[in-house]
Amino acid sequence: MSMYAIEILGLEKTYAVGFWRKRPKSALRPLDLSVEAGEVFGFLGPNGAGKTTTLKLLMGLVFPSGGSARILGMGINDPRMKAQIGFLPEQPYFYDYLTANELLEYYAQLSGVAAKERRRKVVEVLTRVGLEDVRGTQLRKFSKGMLQRVGIAQAILHDPKVLFFDEPMSGLDPIGRREVRDLMEELKQQGKTVFFSTHILSDAESLCDRVAIIHLGELRGVGAVADLTSSVEGKVEIIWHGGAVPASLQALTSKCHLRGDTVRAVVREANQDAAIDGLRQAGIRIISVTPVRSSLEEYFVRKLKPSETAAGVRS
Amino acid sequence: MKPSARIRLTGSVLLGVCLVISAFALRHLDQIQSRARFDEVLYFPSPSVVKRLSLGYDGLLADVYWTRAVQYFGTKHVLGSYQYPLLGPLLEITTVLDPHLTVAYEFGANYLAPKPPYGAGMPQRAIQLAQYGIRNNPNDWRLYYNLGFIYYLELKDYAKATDAFARGAKVPDAHPFLKVMAAQMAQHAGELLMAKLLWTAAYQSTTDRDIRANAASHLRALEVQEDVNNLERLVSMYRERTGHWPASFSELEAMGILQGMPVDPLGQSYKLLPEGRVEVREPDRFPFIEKGAPAGYIPPPPKFLPSRGGA
Amino acid sequence: MSVRILHIASNTFREVVRDRVLYNLIAFTLLMSGASILVGQISIGIERLVVVNLGLTAVSLFGMVIAIFIGIGLVSKEIEKRTLYTVLSRPVGRWEFIVGKFFGLAGTLVVNTVFMAVGVFAALLYVSGTFAWADAWILVALYFIVLQFLMITAIALLFSTFSSPLLAAVFAFSLFVIGSFAEDLRGFAAMAHGVSRILATGAAYLVPNFSSLNIITSVAHQQPVAGEFIASNSLYALVYTAMVLCGAVLIFECRNLK
Repeated sequence: MSMYAIEILGLEKTYAVGFWRKRPKSALRPLDLSVEAGEVFGFLGPNGAGKTTTLKLLMGLVFPSGGSARILGMGINDPRMKAQIGFLPEQPYFYDYLTANELLEYYAQLSGVAAKERRRKVVEVLTRVGLEDVRGTQLRKFSKGMLQRVGIAQAILHDPKVLFFDEPMSGLDPIGRREVRDLMEELKQQGKTVFFSTHILSDAESLCDRVAIIHLGELRGVGAVADLTSSVEGKVEIIWHGGAVPASLQALTSKCHLRGDTVRAVVREANQDAAIDGLRQAGIRIISVTPVRSSLEEYFVRKLKPSETAAGVRS
Repeated sequence: MKPSARIRLTGSVLLGVCLVISAFALRHLDQIQSRARFDEVLYFPSPSVVKRLSLGYDGLLADVYWTRAVQYFGTKHVLGSYQYPLLGPLLEITTVLDPHLTVAYEFGANYLAPKPPYGAGMPQRAIQLAQYGIRNNPNDWRLYYNLGFIYYLELKDYAKATDAFARGAKVPDAHPFLKVMAAQMAQHAGELLMAKLLWTAAYQSTTDRDIRANAASHLRALEVQEDVNNLERLVSMYRERTGHWPASFSELEAMGILQGMPVDPLGQSYKLLPEGRVEVREPDRFPFIEKGAPAGYIPPPPKFLPSRGGA
Repeated sequence: MSVRILHIASNTFREVVRDRVLYNLIAFTLLMSGASILVGQISIGIERLVVVNLGLTAVSLFGMVIAIFIGIGLVSKEIEKRTLYTVLSRPVGRWEFIVGKFFGLAGTLVVNTVFMAVGVFAALLYVSGTFAWADAWILVALYFIVLQFLMITAIALLFSTFSSPLLAAVFAFSLFVIGSFAEDLRGFAAMAHGVSRILATGAAYLVPNFSSLNIITSVAHQQPVAGEFIASNSLYALVYTAMVLCGAVLIFECRNLK
């Protein structure tokens, strides 16, 4: 009995492109990844990195060129496994001639939810995503945000153990994104495993236990968020009154922003004391000193620099 | 006026104007083309090609071609030309598409075989059509009747006509006339009697209104012929007895050789002319009339297909 | 397993109906009404024949058009619109999806045909005033037309699994046309030699044979249909349909859904 909810073993995908199918295009290089049960796992990467390809491979929508994967210890095509997972594709589109109610009933039927339970579960899940008022409206009238919520509803409808979300926040306004984040938190508290892909780092930072970064079809880094961000040097933001930058500080910081009658500068954590001393010596009034939590972005950007192995293969 | 309203108005007006102009242009085209239109264009002259193109919907297409054949025949003679070169091909296509469309074979016998202006004047083609019909419907007595009809009336081939009637008489549910006709012909019965039998059988055997009306006209002409023969015989009898021609029918009545004033099949009294000739008053009302018309009488153009408004 | 097929089928039925396909019945009704009224003036003596010919031809053509135009989009539309992803991520086999879609469209066509049959018989009653026992053969003709629908739906579905809608329409329609010549094709194959004989024979048996399923003309003439003929045709049509569906399933099972 595997303790991993998701195990990806050397999964790869190469497309044969060109009229004579001579030019192979690698969408995903052999990927090894494991996600534990109950984890919230972020799969990060810029557009075209291979995130959606990976998800499609896991869902059995696309066939791998090599390698394999197991979800909940079962193979990708196992129907028993599929009954326990939920999938939200990127920018989902649903049968627009159905109402939200009908769509979810249909999905419930296909997921094998017992007939007695269907009605109750559909109402329950629609309420949870805040769509109970419009459940009788045809989906063609739904806004993008509403469709995204329908997508989440159908993914969690049958109480799956593992959830796969592809860019769940895409196209949502800030309120929508907040709601999705809250929902994902809820799911985590229920002990579900959530595997989601995104290119919005702040979301990953706040939600995920672990992340993986993928670029040009290749895995660039995996690890717990805390570990990754702590490996990057911390920074401190200092705001002071006036328009001058003392000479002593100019060496410590390259970035000074003048705004109105305040100056804002970012210095490395190690130089924090020296900077403060320099300002005080210059008689400048300090307004605030705030640690800038080093972001995943730094780690991300660094990992994205092309390495030798990736050179020569363009998506 | 707002710009969008202006565009809408302009657009609508332009649309209406173009529509009217295009209608006029089309009518003009029709007028130029109307002579040329009956230049006999059959796009698919070959029956087997049409059958293939019908994609299995040959029944309906047969009905369409049948309708076209009838309209072709009826409309053509309105234009004053009594040649119907397309009638044969149209009937052939119709029957290849639907070999069981009996009425098409009947039409062929009645209008393809006779000489112009009564028909297309193609008896051999009509015979082929009738034989094709018999091959495909060996138990339909009407088709044997059609064949015999053509042989007798148009080709005067009494032997073959007898044979056709005899074969037809053997078909179950055959009309009793067939036996009678076969027998009569074998005994070389007179033409008049045979013709009466033929046209009566034609009248009774078809459900098509036009063919029925045609048969009725023929029968009336035959009746006139019989009447005229009879009356002229009586008039000669009078002359023999009295030495001079009668001045009117009442003289014949007085003599006792005639009961009542003789009337033609349409109810008008016959005319008695000097020299003992008997004529109908209005020969125009009897198409196919032979005896009983004035000397030098030219019959008017035949009116076919009364069901289409006497086209 | 079979329950899911039923669910997919009924959802497909719902999809097709909400696509306002059944409005074609309005056009059909207008056609039959107009024809019944006008036929007496155009072809005298063969009114009944024309009504049956026209009615059954219309049923066949309308249905073929619907089968092809909706069939070609059954799968390709789902792939293009990506509505398929959330379906296949559930415990639904790809083959169940194909079979379900097929039954959904086939069911719609059967319902459509039933309504049209009522229309044909109504027109027949109007024109001849009464029914004859021989009119029952019309039901056999309708049954054969439905068999044709099954075949062409499966074919359209097959093309939908791998081809764009436009190409699929062209292929499906071409097979419909060739299928009406199937008998001739077999005859030609019998007379050919060598390679062309092999190719022609192969083609002749692969192509859907519609010619023997089209008995509209003989039914219009009230000719009876032999029971053996009905049985053989049924067997052929059902087996052929199953064969094409297998092909569709095979293709779809291997398809990467990009």
